Amino acid sequence: MNTLGRQKYTAFAVRYALLLAGALIVTVPFIYMVSVSLKPQAYTFEMPPQLFPHDITFEHYREVLAKQNLVVYFANSLLVAVASTSGTVLIASLLAYAFARMKFAGKRVLFSVLLIGMMIPPVMLIIPQFLVAKELSLLNSLLGLILVYITMSLSMQTFLLRGVFAGVPQDLLDAALIDGGGQGTLFWRIVLPLSRPGLAAVTIFTFLYSWDEFPWAHVAIRETAKRTLPVAIALFRRPDLTEWGQLFAMSIIALLPVLVVYVIFQRYFVAGIATTGLKG
Amino acid sequence: MSQANLNVDSRRASASITVKPRLRLSAQQVTPYLFLLPGIILFVTFILWPMLYSLRISFYDWNIVKAERSVYVGLQNYQDALDDPIFQRAASNTLFYVLVTVPGQMIFGTLAALLLNQRFPGRALFRTLYYLPVITSWVIVTLLFEFLFNGQAGLINSILESAGLIREPIRWLADSRLIMIPLTLLGIWKGIGWTAVIVLAGLQSIPMQLYEAAAVDGAGTRQRFTSVTLPLLRPTLVFLVVVLTIGAMNVYISGLLMTRGGDPMNESHFVLTWMDKQTFENFKFGQGAAISYLLTAVVFVVSLVQIRLLQREVDYT
Repeated sequence: MNTLGRQKYTAFAVRYALLLAGALIVTVPFIYMVSVSLKPQAYTFEMPPQLFPHDITFEHYREVLAKQNLVVYFANSLLVAVASTSGTVLIASLLAYAFARMKFAGKRVLFSVLLIGMMIPPVMLIIPQFLVAKELSLLNSLLGLILVYITMSLSMQTFLLRGVFAGVPQDLLDAALIDGGGQGTLFWRIVLPLSRPGLAAVTIFTFLYSWDEFPWAHVAIRETAKRTLPVAIALFRRPDLTEWGQLFAMSIIALLPVLVVYVIFQRYFVAGIATTGLKG
Repeated sequence: MSQANLNVDSRRASASITVKPRLRLSAQQVTPYLFLLPGIILFVTFILWPMLYSLRISFYDWNIVKAERSVYVGLQNYQDALDDPIFQRAASNTLFYVLVTVPGQMIFGTLAALLLNQRFPGRALFRTLYYLPVITSWVIVTLLFEFLFNGQAGLINSILESAGLIREPIRWLADSRLIMIPLTLLGIWKGIGWTAVIVLAGLQSIPMQLYEAAAVDGAGTRQRFTSVTLPLLRPTLVFLVVVLTIGAMNVYISGLLMTRGGDPMNESHFVLTWMDKQTFENFKFGQGAAISYLLTAVVFVVSLVQIRLLQREVDYT
């Protein structure tokens, strides 16, 4: 009896110790990043390194907000992420509704073709996408980013939503059909409102993806004023960079919306990954 | 079951009732395609057409300024890519990255999931913390690791020095072999949270009765793990290995930023950073397209193996 209690207690302590060690490994780099962004420039590489700064200064934040067009980059990122997310939610829902709830010729073939989009590495498409975007005058334009982000998200999000929409009880649709509703009504009035958790998962996946995306934005955008945050941050780091405080101040500003979205939608997010195995 | 069939039947019946006039029928046939149209247009323009376009480019000495002046060279681009020592080095670096980061993420992710798979105070907080690197952009975490592994006064060097493990700071980023250490550690660090969430979902789908039955049969903790948890978790683990492998083969942003385009001497490339450089710096679009198709072929084979393995799994569970 007593040894069992002690065993349980030890197991409990070991569990906490391991979890704490893991949490430290994960968070210390972030804490250090915040700390460097708040230290005066001279203390960036102080010896020995201090995890928590002695004198706190906001000079790096002031500098990047004043000098680095950061407001513009932030606005670009926000516009691109919001537009890509709304576009993806709408277009993937339409696709998913057709695949889950409608009968049409070529359904199986079309769905298999759509799934190809989940298998090809996105970076491999960059060369031809660059050439296509050039022909459509979509290089150097935020619209070019938005259209590509929506397209790259379609396969996975349609796959996710098809499963969600298929779970809406047929009785409800039948009732609406008898009342004279068309497919548009069924889609808009019944299936979408009943699929809020699924739509929330799509929203957060697409928002994070389009907010964080770097390879396509890096290739497609040349003009300074059209950069998104990841591109601006990557290009801020020159070979002889010393202003790490400013770089991390920019990074933390870029990270804030991600944290907000993640904390708000966390419940749906975890469920979304768990049911579909989508990568965040 | 019979309920579902009944529903389908009643739906068919109601559909056939509404389909009396001919015009109505054709509208019903057209509607699905209206739902599909926006998605199809985007998919064809930015995925399907580019894929075929890229295949064509890979057979040409592509002229970026005047496409019609491009010269057909057959499989020469593929041959050249494979013969190129830089490509070979990039391929072996990528293989190394896969072989280290995939087991690393699997081991630590599974461990984290096992630790998190019970109700206890602070569990949600730990889960959120572990997920932090997953939602942070690759650009930010790469630059963060570059800073931590700084050759003179980085945090890692000073920790190792104060622990007495090294005498002099190590210049992690200046050597094409050493730089693989921060790159692989970053790959593992960033992926643990995602792996853990997937394993957790797998763990939670195992019916409690199986554990109870095993306990009744006198199985201890360890035995319950090896005879219940592991076998039932296998499909999840197989799925993870494949997805993580594909992800690792596509390593790109971290390499591009940390090695500054393959420095020193193009020895620290991954396949995709070399593709990027050949295409957008050396303007060899045909070469770049061939390299990306070579990688896609490997990814495709891995996906097929995945489907095989998963199907076999279904057969005997």
